[in-house]
Amino acid sequence: MAKRIDVSGLAAYYGTHLAIDDISMSIEPRSVTAFIGPSGCGKSTFLRTLNRMHEVTPGGRVEGKVLLDDEDLYGPGVDPVSVRRTIGMVFQRPNPFPTMSIYDNVAAGLKLNGNFKKAELDGIVEKSLKGANLWNEVKDRLNKPGSGLSGGQQQRLCIARAIAVEPQVLLMDEPCSALDPISTLAIEDLIGELKSQYTIVIVTHNMQQAARVSDRTAFFNLAAVGQPGKLIEIDDTERIFSNPTVQATEDYISGRFG
Amino acid sequence: MTDVTLDKSPVDEAPVPTTGPLRQPRLPNWAPYGIGALSVALGCGIGLVAGLESRIQWGLIAAALYVVVTFALTTTVEGSRQARDRLATSLVWVSFLLAVVPLFSLIWETVARGSKVLDGTFVSHSMNGVITLQPGGGAYHALVGTLEQIGLASLIAAPIGLLTAIYLVEYGTGKLSKAITFFVDVMTGIPSIVAGLFVLAFWIIYLDMGYSGFAGAMSLAILMMPIVVRSTEEMLKLVPNELREASLALGVPKWRTILKVVLPTAIGGITTGVMLAVARIAGETAPILLLVFGSASINTNPFDGAQSSLPYYVYEQWKLGNEASYDRAWGGALLLIAFVMALNLLARGIAAWKAPKSGR
Amino acid sequence: MSIDSAPDTAAPPPAPAGKAATKQNLRPGDRVFLGLARGSGITLLVIMAAIAVFLTWQATKALTENEGNFLTTFEWDPNAEPPVFGIAVLAFGTVVSSVIAMVLAVPISIGIALFISHYAPRRVATPMAYVVDLLAAVPSIVYGLWGALFLVPHLTGLYEWMDAYLGWTGVFEYNGGAARSLFTAGILLAIMILPVVTNVSREVFKQSPKMHEEAALALGATRWEVIRISVLPFGRSGVISASMLGLGRALGETMAVATVLSPSFMIETSLLDPGGGTFAQNIAASFKEASPAGIGREALIASGLVLFVITLLVNGLARLIIARRKEYSGANA
Repeated sequence: MAKRIDVSGLAAYYGTHLAIDDISMSIEPRSVTAFIGPSGCGKSTFLRTLNRMHEVTPGGRVEGKVLLDDEDLYGPGVDPVSVRRTIGMVFQRPNPFPTMSIYDNVAAGLKLNGNFKKAELDGIVEKSLKGANLWNEVKDRLNKPGSGLSGGQQQRLCIARAIAVEPQVLLMDEPCSALDPISTLAIEDLIGELKSQYTIVIVTHNMQQAARVSDRTAFFNLAAVGQPGKLIEIDDTERIFSNPTVQATEDYISGRFG
Repeated sequence: MTDVTLDKSPVDEAPVPTTGPLRQPRLPNWAPYGIGALSVALGCGIGLVAGLESRIQWGLIAAALYVVVTFALTTTVEGSRQARDRLATSLVWVSFLLAVVPLFSLIWETVARGSKVLDGTFVSHSMNGVITLQPGGGAYHALVGTLEQIGLASLIAAPIGLLTAIYLVEYGTGKLSKAITFFVDVMTGIPSIVAGLFVLAFWIIYLDMGYSGFAGAMSLAILMMPIVVRSTEEMLKLVPNELREASLALGVPKWRTILKVVLPTAIGGITTGVMLAVARIAGETAPILLLVFGSASINTNPFDGAQSSLPYYVYEQWKLGNEASYDRAWGGALLLIAFVMALNLLARGIAAWKAPKSGR
Repeated sequence: MSIDSAPDTAAPPPAPAGKAATKQNLRPGDRVFLGLARGSGITLLVIMAAIAVFLTWQATKALTENEGNFLTTFEWDPNAEPPVFGIAVLAFGTVVSSVIAMVLAVPISIGIALFISHYAPRRVATPMAYVVDLLAAVPSIVYGLWGALFLVPHLTGLYEWMDAYLGWTGVFEYNGGAARSLFTAGILLAIMILPVVTNVSREVFKQSPKMHEEAALALGATRWEVIRISVLPFGRSGVISASMLGLGRALGETMAVATVLSPSFMIETSLLDPGGGTFAQNIAASFKEASPAGIGREALIASGLVLFVITLLVNGLARLIIARRKEYSGANA
């Protein structure tokens, strides 16, 4: 059920400011693609154009094409709500709904999308929590608020919430940057398991993480502050980290800037 | 952080054939406007045909039609989730209109009917000797009364309010400041008529003083104090602590630090707060009714004898119940609104002008 | 009590620390200034206490002479021999008109608050916020004048309508004549408390965490679903306290009710027919007839005391909810 993404000539604006320009790339299904690059290079902005979250920021505007298995996300008649329903997202800071229980958090997306019987819901919630490696830790307190969990558990809860609606693609915006090393490891393991079913795109500041979890890596950079961010290169992770074609990539990876 | 503006309708033309799972049948972009226009037309049509004399009914019919038609159309075309979304959107828009319509009606009526009488004579003459059934006379006496009463009230309330706020922010940590904070909140909620009754009980009944502008000013001061305290407090809290510490570290005594460093930094915001409070009490009628008693002639001495005030004048002229006095009431109301709005705009102007320098 | 030591701990100890901590060592300027500031605060407390004391005292004078039952008598005749007066009609009218105002104003206020915080584009939202502030700044007597001379004549049609379709309930019967009823007062009060409720709700909605809104959006929620899932649960207690503040306003409003209501000392079953009264309206309307010789004024003070206590309770409750909320959100920050 995972789908491939083809981006061509994509540019994103904040008002009149051009944040990213002329990005084209393909994202393979059932694999992990990592976006790396210095701060402000537009990798998060680019991620948010992939499920039409960029346009909820005031002034946010996108030009270009994003094809999800040949269907343009920005084509006429496409409903952004359906896009986001199809392409799930996990954010930098864990953000379970504070007024909802663990169970309701996982079921939140499902409840929006139609009538499920209680038994069906129970099944999906359990499956999603198991899929997020959280089931054993929370199965006895499903009706407690999600805000009572630790940071790492909350982030896995958010992943469970995202996969409960069975998306085609899972976008992760620095999902581990607010977590301690042990929780980070748990999430990284989880990403490794999830890639058999989903197309996963992850933005990360941590190059070791990109090397550990991803199959392909895209490097973004910007010429100068105020200039739009651009895609420098995208290749197999191994290539990027051992033998990149562009000098800037090597400089960044070897820690010479950024 | 900027706030989120949620989905705008995508830039698309009329419904496109549904090819993929991402495409939902959607109403065209102009649909809300179309339905809106249709509802207004139908509302007026039904109103005219059924001979409903009140425009309120026309508007309500149109609003109800808009909500219902939008909901029905969306349900059939876009599905129930979208329909609920559109229902919420249309209800939000309708409530927005429901709030704006009375305001514009009120401003329109006041300006249209008040400008008939508001002229040089109106602001320079009292009602002394004017036969109330006939046009003529003015609100000069009321204007004088209002200015004196709010002036006196500000003289009482502004220093007390200011000093109380200083106490709460700069000194207060203990039980006394907690008690004061609580009772300031309580005081904000006192109905103006109760403040009037208190001064009546204390000043006029107990101390056996007569009706006077000063009695009214005391009750206005009671209403003004908590507003001044609240706004001043907010402004003082905005003054960065580093500023205080820098001054204290130079060996400047605390009281001079407050007077020379803290207050000047916050003065713009404090002035705004005081002016808004003045605008607020300038429109109070109830306490004036009980304590100043009203008068048709000019009395420039607020400490002795009955006076009038603009809000009271409006009430009194309305109560007389004839066309000439109604006109005068509207004239007074226009004068009052203009005064209050001018104070408001001036206060906001000061706030906007001072904002970048104070604050952070 | 820690108040005495508070200023000293707040000020940095000058020179030797041991001496500085005592009150005597405050500079004269500091002592005077602190005295003034604290004195002002205490003045405020004294005023509040005086309000309670004087109102109660004068009220007792009237109540001891009252021959009717203060709570149940349907009459206001404190100047008669013997004086007879009761607040039954006033309590009923005050509660009914305020409840009508709440029922009308709260949903609309929530709508406007959401409009400003989440629906309108910014170039509409900012002027709209100003418009709401302007509504708040209009003096109540102007609302009253507009209500009496513009709103009342325009409501007759609506009332005939309500009579035709809802008259069977008994509550919405309308027998013609000027629409100077408790319902009209409620409508006018609704317009007046709208800005209060809207402003507080708007502030709360604006604070709704963006990350929860985005979480809902990313799950494929429509705009309304985002609001239902993340904004409304977050703002619920804020909206409740906003409504209570509005209620406090409506309960004590004098002039707007005094101008649109045609009072009587009867309880009408139909809200659309003229009659009834409220505490504040009755004080304004009966004051000039209350001669200083009898206990007319004291009787009005007694009814004012009841109003005072009711508004205190309502406002206290609203503040309590707000304070709770602050603690809650502070703990989570």
